Amino acid sequence: MAETARGMLGASCAWLRAASPVARIAPRLRPRIGVALVTIGALLFPVISRNDANIDSAANALAFAALALGLNIVVGFAGLLDLGYAAFFAIGAYTYGAFASYQIEPAWSGFWEPFQWLGLVAHTGDVVHFTVSFWLMLPISAAVAAFFGVLFGAPTLRLKGDYLAIVTLGFGEIVPIVARNTPSVTNGAMGLNGVAAPQLFGWSFGIDATPYYYVGVALVALLIFTSTRLKSSRIGRAWMAIREDEIAAAAMGINRVKFKLLAFAIGAAFAGATGTYFVAKLQTATPEMFMFPVSVMILVMIVFGGIGSVWGVVLGAMILQILQSWFLEDLSQWLHWLGRLIHVGWLQQVELSSSIEMIFGVILVTMMLYRRQGLIPATRPVQALSMTEQTAHVGSGGSSHNFDRLTGLGALDREAEGPLLAVTDMTVRFGGLVALRSVELTVP
Amino acid sequence: MTTGALYLQQIINGLSLGAMYALLALGFTLVYGILELINFAHFNVFMVSSFIAMWALELLGISGQGVILTGFALVGALAFAFVVTMVAAGCLGVAIERLALRPMRAARGTAAMITTIGVSYILFNAILLTVGAESKNFPNPMPSVSWQVGGATLRLREVLIWSVALVLMGGLHLFVNRTRLGKAMRATAQDAEAARMMGIDVDRVIITAFFLGSALAGAAALIFGLYYNYTSFIIGYSAGLMAFTAAVLGGIGSVTGAMLGGIIIGLVESLGGQVFAVRWTDVIIFSILVLVLVFAPTGLLGRAAPTKS
Repeated sequence: MAETARGMLGASCAWLRAASPVARIAPRLRPRIGVALVTIGALLFPVISRNDANIDSAANALAFAALALGLNIVVGFAGLLDLGYAAFFAIGAYTYGAFASYQIEPAWSGFWEPFQWLGLVAHTGDVVHFTVSFWLMLPISAAVAAFFGVLFGAPTLRLKGDYLAIVTLGFGEIVPIVARNTPSVTNGAMGLNGVAAPQLFGWSFGIDATPYYYVGVALVALLIFTSTRLKSSRIGRAWMAIREDEIAAAAMGINRVKFKLLAFAIGAAFAGATGTYFVAKLQTATPEMFMFPVSVMILVMIVFGGIGSVWGVVLGAMILQILQSWFLEDLSQWLHWLGRLIHVGWLQQVELSSSIEMIFGVILVTMMLYRRQGLIPATRPVQALSMTEQTAHVGSGGSSHNFDRLTGLGALDREAEGPLLAVTDMTVRFGGLVALRSVELTVP
Repeated sequence: MTTGALYLQQIINGLSLGAMYALLALGFTLVYGILELINFAHFNVFMVSSFIAMWALELLGISGQGVILTGFALVGALAFAFVVTMVAAGCLGVAIERLALRPMRAARGTAAMITTIGVSYILFNAILLTVGAESKNFPNPMPSVSWQVGGATLRLREVLIWSVALVLMGGLHLFVNRTRLGKAMRATAQDAEAARMMGIDVDRVIITAFFLGSALAGAAALIFGLYYNYTSFIIGYSAGLMAFTAAVLGGIGSVTGAMLGGIIIGLVESLGGQVFAVRWTDVIIFSILVLVLVFAPTGLLGRAAPTKS
C-alpha cells in the first residue's frame, strides 16, 4: 500500500517535473536563465519596493552577502576555519573611515600640496583633511585587509587548521580592542563620525538608501563572479585539494602555505572592500560593529547556505539578514498572539529579536547534525568524458550503437585486432610477502 | 605599599588566577588529546557552571556577602557547592558530547569544531535569555581572614583556591597515571585506532574525558565566583581564551603542561596588568599564544607539534 502510494507520488512528481516549463529549457541554459532572473529581480527591487527602510535593509543584507562570499573562500574553498573574520571587515572599515573623515588632522605644509592637487586631501586653515574618494578606497581597503590577512595568517598557516581557528578568534578579539584603545585614529569607543558619503560625478550619495543598494548589488555581483571563476580555476582546485587532504595535496606538488595564504588574503580583501562599503553607507564606525558575534553570524550564514557553495552562501546571508530586519518583529507578534490564544504565558513574552543569537546557535548545530551541505549544496563540475574515454568503455553489447551514432569513431577502435586486455604470468611481491603469483588474466 | 610588596601581591593574585586557568585548560587538553578537537563549548560550560555554583550556594541559603560561615559549616557548604557544580558541569559536558559531537565523529574537516561553536553560542544565549544581561553578585560565605606576608595581603580565599586546585590536579594526575581508565585514556590519546583494537572502549574514554574536563571547568567556575564575587554571561569568552592559551603554552595534550601553562598565564596576566595597563592584558596574552605557536608549537611539555595527519 505504502509502496504503491510512494510509486504514485514519484510518478506524479516526475510528471510535474516533465510538465513544468523548466523541463523545456535545455539544462545547459538553466543556470544562465536563473542568473538573469536574479539579476533582473535585484535591479528592479528598489523600483518595486519604494520603501526606503526596506531598501536600506536589503543594502545591509548585500554587505553581509559580500562578507559571506569572502568567508566562503577561506572556510568553504580552502577549509580553514576563520573565527575572527570581522577583524578584516573592521580593518577595511577603519581604513576608509580614517581617510574620509576629519578624524586625522595633520598640520598643513608644502608636503600635502601634490595630494591636494590630486584631490586626496583638502585643508581648512592650517589643518589637513583627508578626502580620498570612496571608489579609490575600495581597492585600497581590500589591499590593506589582504596585507593584514597575510600578516595574521603567515605565522599560523603552517600549522593545522584547528590552531588557525583559535588564533583568528584571538585576532578577531584584538582588532576591536586596538580600535578602542587608539582613539587618535579611530576615536575609540565613541566611533568615527562624519565619514564622507561616496560621490559619483560630483553627486553625493547622501543618506538615500537606493544608490548604496546598487553599489551593493554591483559589489556582490563582482564577488560572485570572482568566486565562481576562482572555484573552477587552478587555484580553486588547489584549495579544495588542501581542504580534502593536506598531505596528499602536498604530495601532488601544491605549495600548501602559499595557497592557504592566498585564500586568507583574498577572503580578507573581500571583507576589506565590504567594510569600506558598509562604513560609507553608515557614515560611522564603532568597535562594537566588528565584535565576535559578527564573525559568528557570517559563519552561520555560510553554514546555513552551504559551505563552499557560492550561490548558497549568498542565499544564506540574504535569508538570515532579511529574517532579522523584516520578519522577526512580525514573528514575535504572531507568537504573542498564539500565546494568548492557547493561554501559554511564556509564548506571550517571547522577543525573537533579542534571541537572534540563540537562533543562530540552533541553526549552526542543526545544520551540522542534519544537513551539513546547507541549503544549496556545493557542486563539483563533472567533466564530460572525452571521445577516447567514451570509446574505451565500449566493449560489446547493446549500448555501443549509441556511440556509433554519436561519433562514428567508436567503430574504428573496436575493429582493431588483438585482445583488449591480456595479462600473463604476473607476480607482485611486497618484501617477503607474495601478493600475486603467476597470474593470468584475459578478457576477450 | 612598597614596590616589592606590590609585586608580591600581584604574584599572589596571579597564582589564584593561574589555578583557575589551569583547571580550565585541563578540559581543553583532555579533549584535544583524544579527539584532536578544539572544544569551543568548553568556554561556556565554564560560564554556565558559575551559575550552577551560584544556585548551589543559594540553595544553602547563602546569598551575597552577607552570610559568613566558619568551621565545619564553611567546609561543608563549600564541599557541597564544589561537588554539585562539578557533577552538574560534568553531566553537561557528557550531554554535549553525546547529543552534538558523537554524531559528528565521522565528519572530516571543520564540521565538529563548527558544531562546538554552535553549542557554545546556545549555552551563552540560554543564560543571557533566562538570567539576564546584568552581572550577578556571587555568594561568598568565607570570613575575611587574612595574613600579612612581606607587606602583601594573603586572604583565606586564596589559600582555599590553591588547596582545592592542588587537590583536584593531584587527583587528576593520579587518575590518568594510576588507574585502568586513565591508562586507556593515554592509550587512546596516543592512537585511537590501535587502542580500539586492543579492546579499549573508545566511546567510554571520550565520555570520561568530557566528564572530567567539564567537571574541572565547574571547579574553575566556582573559584572564579569566589575570587571575583560576581558572575555574568560573558565571563566564558575571555577566561576560555586565557585557558586555551595556557593549554597551548604548556603543550596541548599534556596534562602537566596544562597545569604549568595555567599558572604562567595567571602570573603574566596579573603582573602584565601591573607593568603595562590592564586594558592591554588581553593583547599580551594573545601575543604569547601566537609566539608560542610560531616558535615552539610543542609548548613547554608537549610531545608533538600541533599538526595532524
